[in-house]
Order: sequence, then C-alpha cells, then structure tokens
Amino acid sequence: MTDITQSKLEQQSKPRSQWLDVWDQFSTHKGALAGAGFFLFVLLAVIFGPYVWAIDPQYIDIRARNEGMSLAHPLGTDQLGRDTLARLIRGGQTSMAVGLTAMLLSLVVGTLIGVLAGYVRWLDGPLMRLTDLFLALPLLPLLLVIIMLFRETLRSALGPEAGIFLLMVFVIGITSWMQTARIVRGDVLSLKEREFVLAAVSIGTPGRRIILRHILPNVLSPIMVSATLGIANAIITESALSFLGLGFPSDFPTWGRLLFDAIDYLQQDPGRVLWPGLAISLTVLSVNYMGDGLRDALDPRIRGR
Amino acid sequence: MSPQIEQEASQPLVEVNSLKVYFPIRSGVFRRHSGNVRAVDNVSFSIGHGETMGLVGESGCGKTTAGRAILRLVPITDGTIKFRGKDVASASPEGMRKMRPQMQMIFQDPQASLNPRMTVASIIAEPIKEHQNLGRSETIERVQELMDAVGLNRDFANRYPHEFSGGQKQRIGIARALALNPDLIVCDEPIAALDVSIQAQVVNLLADLQSSRKLSFLFISHDLGMVRHIADRVAVMYLGQIVELADRDDLYANPSHPYTEALLSAVPEADPEYERSRRRILLTGDVPSPSNPPTGCNFCNRCPKAFDRCFRDEPALKEISEGHLAACHLFDNS
Repeated sequence: MTDITQSKLEQQSKPRSQWLDVWDQFSTHKGALAGAGFFLFVLLAVIFGPYVWAIDPQYIDIRARNEGMSLAHPLGTDQLGRDTLARLIRGGQTSMAVGLTAMLLSLVVGTLIGVLAGYVRWLDGPLMRLTDLFLALPLLPLLLVIIMLFRETLRSALGPEAGIFLLMVFVIGITSWMQTARIVRGDVLSLKEREFVLAAVSIGTPGRRIILRHILPNVLSPIMVSATLGIANAIITESALSFLGLGFPSDFPTWGRLLFDAIDYLQQDPGRVLWPGLAISLTVLSVNYMGDGLRDALDPRIRGR
Repeated sequence: MSPQIEQEASQPLVEVNSLKVYFPIRSGVFRRHSGNVRAVDNVSFSIGHGETMGLVGESGCGKTTAGRAILRLVPITDGTIKFRGKDVASASPEGMRKMRPQMQMIFQDPQASLNPRMTVASIIAEPIKEHQNLGRSETIERVQELMDAVGLNRDFANRYPHEFSGGQKQRIGIARALALNPDLIVCDEPIAALDVSIQAQVVNLLADLQSSRKLSFLFISHDLGMVRHIADRVAVMYLGQIVELADRDDLYANPSHPYTEALLSAVPEADPEYERSRRRILLTGDVPSPSNPPTGCNFCNRCPKAFDRCFRDEPALKEISEGHLAACHLFDNS
C-alpha cells in the first residue's frame, strides 16, 4: 500500500502533460463523450460515406420518384428519383465544411479583435466602433449584395463549387464574429487588471506572451461557447441563403438546400424534411455538448470534481 | 576590497528621489484633463543592501502605488528611481526588461496573483523561462529547489493554485519572486490577506530568506506590529507623502510627527494591564481627497497640534535628529 502511494507520488512529481488531465476530465463528462462520438460519426459518414453508399446523388431515376423507405433507398427518393441518403451524405460534406470553416474564421477574427481591443488601449475605441458598425448592418440585405456582386467573378475564377464555397465561408464568417469580439474584449478588460498579469509584467514577460500565456487561456470558455454556437449559426445561415436561392446551385445538395427542396412536399412525404432537419439539429447538439465538456475540461478549477 | 565593491557598498541599492505618480482625472464630453489624483507626491527615500524598509500608512495613502512605481508597474509622472545607479523611471523597454530580474514583487492577494490555469511548477518556472536559458530538466530542478526553499512539498508541483490554502499560495508567490535571485523584493502587504497564525509563518519565512540570500525588502503594510518585527527602518506615509522616516526603534520609541503618534497609539497592546491604561489619540475628520489636498500641510485639518503656519506653508521632510526625518513645522527652529 505504502509502495503504491510512494510510486504514485514519484510519478506525480514529474510535470505531466496538461492534455492528459484535460482528456481525463473530458472523458468523465458523459454528454461530451456522446457528443464527440456522434460528431465523429457524422464526420466519418460524410467523408467516407460516398465510398460505402456508392449511389450518385445526382443520378435521376424518374421511375423511382417519391418513393418511401425501402432496401434500395433506405431514406426514400425525391421528386426526381434521386436517392435521399446519398444526397444527405453529399450535402453533409458541404454543410459541415462550411460550418467548420466559417466558425473558425469568425472565431479567429472575433478573438483577435476582442483581445486587441481589450488589451491595447488606443485600439479599443476604433475596433469597438467597427464592431458596432457590423452589428448595426442589416445582415441579410448585405449578404445578398455581397453574393450578387462577387458570385459570378468567383465562379469564373475558381469554378462553381470552390468559388461559392469560399464566398459562403467568407460571408458567414465576416458577419458573425461580433458577438465573440465583444465577449472576449469584456473578459480581457477585467483579466488584464488582475494581479497575475501584473506579476507577469514585473517578471518582464513581453506583451504577446502575456496574451498567449495568461489572457487567452482564461478567456477560453466564452470562446468555446461561441465556437459551438458558431457552427450551428453557420449551418443555419447557409441554409437560409440556400433557401433564398443565393447559396449553392440547386443541383448541389447541402442540408439547408435539401430542407428547402423538401418543403414543397411536406404533406406528401414528411420524411424528406425530417432527415436533413434531424442531421442539422443533431450535429449542432453534439457540437454543443462537446463544447460544454471541453470548456469544463480546460478549466482546472472544475477539473477533478 | 576592490574599488567597485566598495562603491557598491557605500551606495544604497535603491534611491528614490522626489517620486511623483499622478493619475489624470478626465471629465466632460471631451474627456478633458481636469485634475490629478496625487497618489504619490514628492516621495524620497533609499533602501540599502540587505535592508528592510517598512512603509506604513492607512488605506489609500499611496503605499502600494509607491511600491509599484519602483518596479515601474505604474507610469511615473516625475522623479527618479535609481536602482544600482541606473534610473528605472527613464529606462527603455529593453533596458527595463534586463533590470526586471533584479527586482521582484510579492502581491497582497495570493489568490489573484496566481494564474488559475497554470500549475505551480509552470508559475514558478515562468521567470526562469523568460530570463534564463535552462534546459527542461534543469528548470524542473530549479523549481524544486525553490519549492524546498519556501517550504512547499515537491509533490505539489503539478497542482493548480485553487487547491492550496492562502498561506501556501503566498509561498508560491514568494517562490516565483525568488526564482531569479533578485536583490530587491517589494512586498505589497504580503500578509494582509492571511490569518494571524499564517502571517507569522510567512513573515518568518521572509526573514529567513533575507538572511540566507542577502535580500533587500520594501515591506508595505498597515500592520504596525509586523513592521516592527521585520523592518530596519520605517517610513510613514500620509496622503501620498512621507511624513516621518526613522530607524525602527527610534520611530516606535519617539514618534515625532503627530500623525505617527496617532497611528502608533492605535496599536493594540497584548498585555491587558497596559491595554487598559493605553491612551488613544483619536483623529477627527476624514482623509482629504488626494485629488484636492489642503493647502499647507496635508495633515493640517486633522492635526491636534496644528497652528497658523500649518495652514499656509507645506513642511519639508528634514532631519530632526540623526537618521530621523519628519515633515512637520513643530520641529522648525527658525
């Protein structure tokens, strides 16, 4: 017994990787584990799904239109006889890619602006007025104008898919960073007056390392929350734009697009609305749980409780 | 003795000369500069090698600001601070960074002065990482030495600050301050947030470290009993200015300035016999605002011994007996 405690202590006295602690805590959060598991499943499904379920999502089989669930088409077909499962997998690729990249973009922009505004006094005014400006802009008309202006140019420059993808990511990212920036700025303002930051200054730690070592880790939880909400927001904005006919072209499925196309057949075939809707909500939910668990795991005060 | 060492020994470690720290007050729509809070107003003192200078005074009198100004943690309005002959107030950022390892600070609130997301080992290792090029294993070794020196168990290295008691947290702060072998440590009320039994431990730890490492302390406190225990010389501050500065025994035995007298009369006595016969000097009124100090002596509106001149002229800090300085017109012979 004593030997065990002794060896455990010796083990402990060596600095162990903090990520091990983070994983230990993360794995005790059941919701987070389930969320991460489901998210991984969706990710793998949309990446490797097309190899397993090899039906072409664009293949029109007019004789099999509006079919219900069957072995040949597990989730049925649409009004042109295209396989819903194949389209769901294909649409997931686009939706997930747009969601994740747009979230990352808005997170990076929001955190950067928030930290700079909070930490550098003379940047606070200009950057916050910029944030207010973006918040005051009517977003949907702005998005429409941006897409109208740049769609054709980007399409001809990068091809229809890549061009629209970049445009969507940029447009969603650039219009959703403001909340993050405001929250981060508020937290940085209160953190930089704390004594541990003063202690770091008295040690002679340069400003950029104070931000990276002392400030950023402490504003991680609001950033995590913004990130999880950001994915949901990006997927939903993308759906809204597709719904207005300004997102991806109509033969190019995304979850939002599928939802939009299925609305006309709501009475006839409610299943078609259900599947993309379920995919969107479950993905968003799993990301939320994951973010929750990650936030707890990254906070040493909650860890181990 | 080589001439250089001799010069160093004769020269005080820190020499503060007419230090002023004003915080601007901005008001109105255009945020115009409409006045100053004179947190530290014309303060001069020096700290010798291996000496402990006590800085006492009531809340808001500028003790902490004076201590922070020495490390240039607040912008300095005017005056010079010579550290080993080099001016801190006008040093370039790069020059300042080179001087930082020689002077460190221990903070009042041990909870707030430690980053809650860093382990004890990484907190203590931060100054080493910033200033010394040590390998990973050498850094760990150094951190463990420091933990031994302040009486922390080595096995606590991977824990986080919230897992410790107040006294242990303060020990972590002390270990961080010691990491670079500084010459001067500014102790900003290091014991005010601790309970009495722990206070004694921490103060004794500081005293032990001082004798083993030849440290100089600027010990900021409002606990006169503790200052008497640890300080060699004591400066009393009131409203941003030093009103009296003397050797510890001299100051406690013969307080000269009326404010010091009143302050010392408030120290409770442990012996109930003495306590019953203790006479307290109760001051009337409140401390004036540091943004609008009275004309003449800062203390004139509360001083029991004030006379007409106190309301006109500001008294200068001057020597009234050997090594005993006071800023009061009562000691003017002219």
